[in-house]
Amino acid sequence: MAAPLTLLLIVAVTVRAALFNSSLADLIAERVEVVSPLNAWKRVVEGLALLDLGISPYSGDVFHETPLIIYLFHFVVDYAEITFMLADGITAVALYMAVKDYNKQVFRRQKYALEADRYPMDCLELIRSPKEMYYIPLKVAMFYLLNPFTILSCVAKSTCGLNNAVIALFVLSTIKGSALLSAIFLAVATYQSIYPVTLFAPALLYLAQRQFIPVNLRRSSFWLFILQLAFMYLGSLFVIVCLSFFLLGSWDFLPSVYGFILSVPDLTPNIGLFWYFFAEMFEHFRLFFLFVFQINVFFYTIPLSIKLKDHPVFLIFMQLAVISIFKSYPTVGDIALYLAFLPVWSHLHRFLRNIFLVSCVLLACSALFPVLWHLWIYAGSANSNFYYAITLLFNVAQILLVSDYFYAYLRREHHLTHGLYLKRADGSEATLVLK
Amino acid sequence: MAAHRCNFPALVFLCTLSVFIVVGSQETTPGSDADASAVNNPQTVLASDPQTVTETAGEQTPEEEPPVEVEEEERRWEATKAEEATPGDAPSRDQAMSEDPPRPPQPTDDFQEELVIRPLHSGDIYTSFQFRTVWDMDFMGGHKVSHYRLFPKSLGQVISKFSVRELHISFTQGYWRTMQWGQPFLSSPPGAELWVWFQDTVTDVDGTWKELTNVLSGIFCASLNFIDSTNTVQPSASFKPLGTGNVTDHRFLRYATLPREIVCTENLTPWKKLLPCGSKAGLAVLMKSEKLFHSSFHSQAVHIRPVCQDWQCKTTSWELRQTLNVVFDLHTSGQGKREWSLFKMFSRTLTEACPLASSSKIYIDITDNPQWDQFELSPATALLSQAVVLGDRRTYSVYDLTQQGTFGSMRSLNALLRWKSNDRDMLRPLLHGERYVAGYGLQTGEIHTLMYNHHPYRAFPVLLLDTVPWYLRMYIHTLTVTSKGKDNKPSYLHYQPSKDRVRPHLLEMLVQLPPNSVTEVTVQFERALLKWTEYTPDPNHGFYVGSSVISALVPSVVAMDTNITQESPLFSSFFPCKEESSYFMRIYTEPLLVNLPTPDFSMPYNVICLTCTVVAVGYGSFYNLLTRTFQVEEPSQGLAKRIANVIRKMRGVPLL
Repeated sequence: MAAPLTLLLIVAVTVRAALFNSSLADLIAERVEVVSPLNAWKRVVEGLALLDLGISPYSGDVFHETPLIIYLFHFVVDYAEITFMLADGITAVALYMAVKDYNKQVFRRQKYALEADRYPMDCLELIRSPKEMYYIPLKVAMFYLLNPFTILSCVAKSTCGLNNAVIALFVLSTIKGSALLSAIFLAVATYQSIYPVTLFAPALLYLAQRQFIPVNLRRSSFWLFILQLAFMYLGSLFVIVCLSFFLLGSWDFLPSVYGFILSVPDLTPNIGLFWYFFAEMFEHFRLFFLFVFQINVFFYTIPLSIKLKDHPVFLIFMQLAVISIFKSYPTVGDIALYLAFLPVWSHLHRFLRNIFLVSCVLLACSALFPVLWHLWIYAGSANSNFYYAITLLFNVAQILLVSDYFYAYLRREHHLTHGLYLKRADGSEATLVLK
Repeated sequence: MAAHRCNFPALVFLCTLSVFIVVGSQETTPGSDADASAVNNPQTVLASDPQTVTETAGEQTPEEEPPVEVEEEERRWEATKAEEATPGDAPSRDQAMSEDPPRPPQPTDDFQEELVIRPLHSGDIYTSFQFRTVWDMDFMGGHKVSHYRLFPKSLGQVISKFSVRELHISFTQGYWRTMQWGQPFLSSPPGAELWVWFQDTVTDVDGTWKELTNVLSGIFCASLNFIDSTNTVQPSASFKPLGTGNVTDHRFLRYATLPREIVCTENLTPWKKLLPCGSKAGLAVLMKSEKLFHSSFHSQAVHIRPVCQDWQCKTTSWELRQTLNVVFDLHTSGQGKREWSLFKMFSRTLTEACPLASSSKIYIDITDNPQWDQFELSPATALLSQAVVLGDRRTYSVYDLTQQGTFGSMRSLNALLRWKSNDRDMLRPLLHGERYVAGYGLQTGEIHTLMYNHHPYRAFPVLLLDTVPWYLRMYIHTLTVTSKGKDNKPSYLHYQPSKDRVRPHLLEMLVQLPPNSVTEVTVQFERALLKWTEYTPDPNHGFYVGSSVISALVPSVVAMDTNITQESPLFSSFFPCKEESSYFMRIYTEPLLVNLPTPDFSMPYNVICLTCTVVAVGYGSFYNLLTRTFQVEEPSQGLAKRIANVIRKMRGVPLL
């Protein structure tokens, strides 16, 4: 399996290198879909320039990266292209290894269940064969590396690629069962952009199950484990934040990075829901809706963790999707990360209801973004509503995609316990409904 | 005229009285005084008249009760044969150069007015009024100043209440075209400009500034209350105090411009009211707003600063300068005939000086007309004056309004200038600035500032100050400075990045301009999308960005006059000159008009509803999947059966 992966990496690097050297690179770096005020490369360079002038990069409102990013690019600013390609490579390999390991566990669990005769007789066609699971890790890597969204994000040198790499390493270390590394990477991811804090729940569930600690709030062993993991997570977060403080000697970065993410002062258009909503918001409702929209991102963690407590990896996928849909400054790089997980759930395809429609909408919207942007900003023949309408549609499509996968996952689980061909009491064929 | 005739008997009485006074003062004044003042006025050209000494001595009138008009009446016959000699030294009360100046016991004040008319090479006429009030008063002494004479009380109260050390405010309509018109005596940017140095005793500078702008807004009927932290900066080098004192800590400096401000009659009226004579007498009679605003350029300003009382500078007094600069385009309105007169420009003529003024003069620039072959001036005046202004030695014809002879037999002065020939050439200004926005679309852009050094062989440094509002996000790493195709690294760079909705970008740099070159400064910016309430009522008109300020010490062709005395003309004595080889100049570039992307202003409800719908779609579908479980669908009863069952229930019959 190493050879195809290497080949894939070579192809991915070649594509990126070619784009980096073409005239398209500057064009892509300006696209609002690809870069947000949080992760634009132009702003990183500006931050470094301010630092060179002896001005704190956080004294203005242009730079919103964390101090660690400054520190990183202080050394590798001349090799930025390589850094971003490397980050993409790391993400792909980490996901590849994680999914490979995860598939092994899935297969093992399936084997135990089969041996214990826990599946109904007519569910045999739902059982996954090693043959079809063999190429899934490679597909995951391919979905990430050759996804146009990822390529654009990398060519634009959006620091989103680095965040994705950290999250991918977190997924890998979680699935490999290393609690400490998982906590550290999660802390770094949180430090980079707050929202990954919601991934603490799936990490906790996964690691607890892996160490055979029953997920039960009445058990003291579970509480002990929560404390243990929370201590590691908060401890590493504390260390990183303090390190940032000592790097710059001031706490200015806290309001400038996290305040900026949470209070959404920059209304530059992007593919998310925030910009136009808060541009058009009545001033006295602004704070209220800010709370509503931000809580929306974090809020789904609790019910999803309860519902999916036996399936933490799917929970990770769901959380990543929710974050990338509802976060304040989303870019296509965030979407690329959760889209990379889709091959892992390829066995759900028979239960998906509207995947064709959703993928068509996603493709059409991706094509329409630059068109309507041009009409609004350059041609002047359209106005902001056109672009806004496309962001709405794009987000509806993403929501439908994610909820469709959620539905399919739950339905498969139901069939695995109750049988595939359900019959009514009178013997006629039954239909399943949600009640 | 009628008024003059009516109080003629009274004048006769006063005449006799003043004769005594004049004689008395001539006796008390040392004879060397007149000579000394003449010596100290090297630029004054004597009109080759033997009676000069007696004439100036005769003018040493005490200031306390000035029967100026009376004197004029009396000397009307004199003026025809005795040309006035030293413009400005006439009733110089502040006798700095004399051996034992007679110090008045109480704080005294002094008012001077002058009008400079300069025919421009483009055919336009540049007229510049200056009014100066000097008061030997200490506003900061802690005691309450309640007795005001010439100094306007409203401004005096502002100075003492807000501990102002220097205040400069200007309102300008139109843009000064340097390449066609040359340099103005005092330049100002289009719109309103305000800069203030506070005393170093002020603790809350921002709060005081906020209050001050609101008060000034009321005094001048202008929108200065729109000055807030988003358009206020603290330049580190460009705006040094022009008065005495050497505190240069720029924490006490605030600078703001409102490029959008429209200047009109309602700003002129309160400005005129600050003059001691109002618009009732003196040069201010000419300020008829319908004429002043029917012009290519209009700029009015108020400058308050502490100045030295004498050349030793032991004590300071407060100087208030009010300037009004207007450029008339008489060429196009006069059917191609190139001539102008006071009446044509202002639709008024002059009949008297302001009685409170110690000097009242009209200067007409005749430098380009040495042999009177270019144009002719009537009524002719033999009085000439020379002044070095903006690195150029200029010759002026002078009308002294304090002399009754100036008004002639008609008792009114209507200076008239008629061109004879039509050739025009102009000394190119040595320093010139331009600015524009490059790029297309509403996403990004680039500000280009061009600075021209027209000096053939001297390089000189300039300070460039740029204030860019926060909604144009400037990227300092894209800053390039090139001259003659080469990179020209600024030797000093002060940059303050903006904060959204709090403060603007401030960019200040010191650039050396090579001789005979264009230096181009470019910087890229990104246009922000604002909240819908933050747009101006006409958002698609665009947003104004204030002018860049270019301050420079320009090498002078002629030796500058470093010794500004009370007697030199007002227009040449505003910026203190430290050395002879160069002079200070401040020029402003054009303001910019930049378009920003706009949201649809009719949509707030729709956007709130639609976005919330999408969020609700997300919430709803998740909620659906999270709270419900899969169940086998029960065969649903048909509608008819359900209705039948309801009826059966009512009848008490067993259900179907």
